[in-house]
Amino acid sequence: MTTQILWAGFGGQGALFAGQFLANAGLIRGQQVSWLPSYGPEMRGGTANCSVILSDDAIGSPIVLQPDVLVCMNLPSFLRFGACVRPGGKLFVDSSLVEERSSRADIAAYYIPAAQLASDEGMAGLANMIFVGKVIAATGLFDEETVTAAMHKAIHARKQHLLEMNLRAVELGRNYREG
Amino acid sequence: MAEKVLMKGNEAVAEAAIQAGCLHYFGYPITPQTEIAAYMAKRMPKINGSFLQAESEIAAINMVLGAAAAGRRAMTSSSSPGVALKSEGLSYLAGCDLPAVVVNIQRGGPGLGGIQPSQADYFHATKGGGHGDFHMIVLAPSGVQEMFDLTGLAFDLADQYRVTSMLLSDGILGQMMEPVDLAAPPPRELPPKSWALTGTKGQRKPNIVNSLYMNPEDLERLVMERYERYAQIAAAETRWEEFLTEDADVVVVAYGALARVAKNAIAAARAQGIRAGLLRPITLWPFPKAALQALAGRAKAFVAAELSMGQMVEDIELAVRCARPVLRCNRTGGMVPTPEEVLQKLEEATA
Repeated sequence: MTTQILWAGFGGQGALFAGQFLANAGLIRGQQVSWLPSYGPEMRGGTANCSVILSDDAIGSPIVLQPDVLVCMNLPSFLRFGACVRPGGKLFVDSSLVEERSSRADIAAYYIPAAQLASDEGMAGLANMIFVGKVIAATGLFDEETVTAAMHKAIHARKQHLLEMNLRAVELGRNYREG
Repeated sequence: MAEKVLMKGNEAVAEAAIQAGCLHYFGYPITPQTEIAAYMAKRMPKINGSFLQAESEIAAINMVLGAAAAGRRAMTSSSSPGVALKSEGLSYLAGCDLPAVVVNIQRGGPGLGGIQPSQADYFHATKGGGHGDFHMIVLAPSGVQEMFDLTGLAFDLADQYRVTSMLLSDGILGQMMEPVDLAAPPPRELPPKSWALTGTKGQRKPNIVNSLYMNPEDLERLVMERYERYAQIAAAETRWEEFLTEDADVVVVAYGALARVAKNAIAAARAQGIRAGLLRPITLWPFPKAALQALAGRAKAFVAAELSMGQMVEDIELAVRCARPVLRCNRTGGMVPTPEEVLQKLEEATA
């Protein structure tokens, strides 16, 4: 079983961190993992993205071209990558920043106003972790225990308040129902 | 086995160097290798090592030369245009028979090129890397674990044979994260550095580190002795990986990050009934000629896949003595072929 994830957004939205979080969760679960960031000049204010692969087998190319899971935290990412999702794959879009909807019938699309939710809940900047929660809920990639363990790995114990806030953001995403 | 840590290839290189006892790092920033310098800047002061951001790449390689002459393990790292600037120092290191480690996280060229991954410095690395008759040991990792393992090996081989080891990697491997087991291998038994400039303390004749010989007979003798050492290296240190080659009709030859893309293509080819395999050189110099020759007896064709316009392909053709067709799969300038592009070549080779 291999899951290929492409996570894209503006620089500063935490797309790369979210990808690392998933890779760490995979590592905790004993999977093979790889994480590859875009490292071009687009990172400065433009689009930033990362390829994450979680697999039970050795990973070949770390470049994700046809994601099973695509997260688009902004419009340029949606326009650039929306068509690449593997048939049967899942697309996650921040509907507070992207008005467009995917016209594809062969994928499942989830529209979450993550940036708005984060701002409403006093956790601005944690839209990425709201998406982590939603992605995990929709894909069943990780159980709650793995998520908590990965969070402890990602955030130092000295920054306890951030740990709780991040876990709360994941929870918010997990329970979010479109409607 | 220790718990694996998720880290970037560049960080794994720096950590491996520190674990190998490298206490002297000299560099100059350039994308996509800057994390090596950043890691060293953070760690070296804590272990009484020296991190120095030099005024240029040329200064950095000459600082490595100085530290190596004093018998210390030293390293510099850069990316393609920066490594080109080090060419003079690489030649002087060879001429002085000094052990050193140089890391090249390749990016597109020529000139300043771009910052995306490339393998277009193969010629520079394997055919000398500077003026004069000399070789460096060139190690080509294909994942973050190998970035760690081969950096440690690079130091041991450099000390064992008194040569420069170059880690020839690329922007993908430098930037990507994978789990790494940070356990260093058991130390090798290495010859004492009796030639090092450590001060005579009145106990012995001064050592001299020098690359200038006005008498051509002396110079020829020294170069020939060096080539005898190169022959020993070729006999003892050639490394490669073979993947599904036992029954392969067509063999991809690829190294580094591209070897991973090739593995995807090979899996897709096998699913179509094409018997494909991979030979992945781990040492680019010495090049695994004998392994290729052996495969040329069984396989019908080869595909040379490179992130360049075709440089290693010359060594492949020499190794198989043109007994089998060698198809080319090339992307350059920072572009990486998709597994489908490599698969097309496999289909073509077996059509």
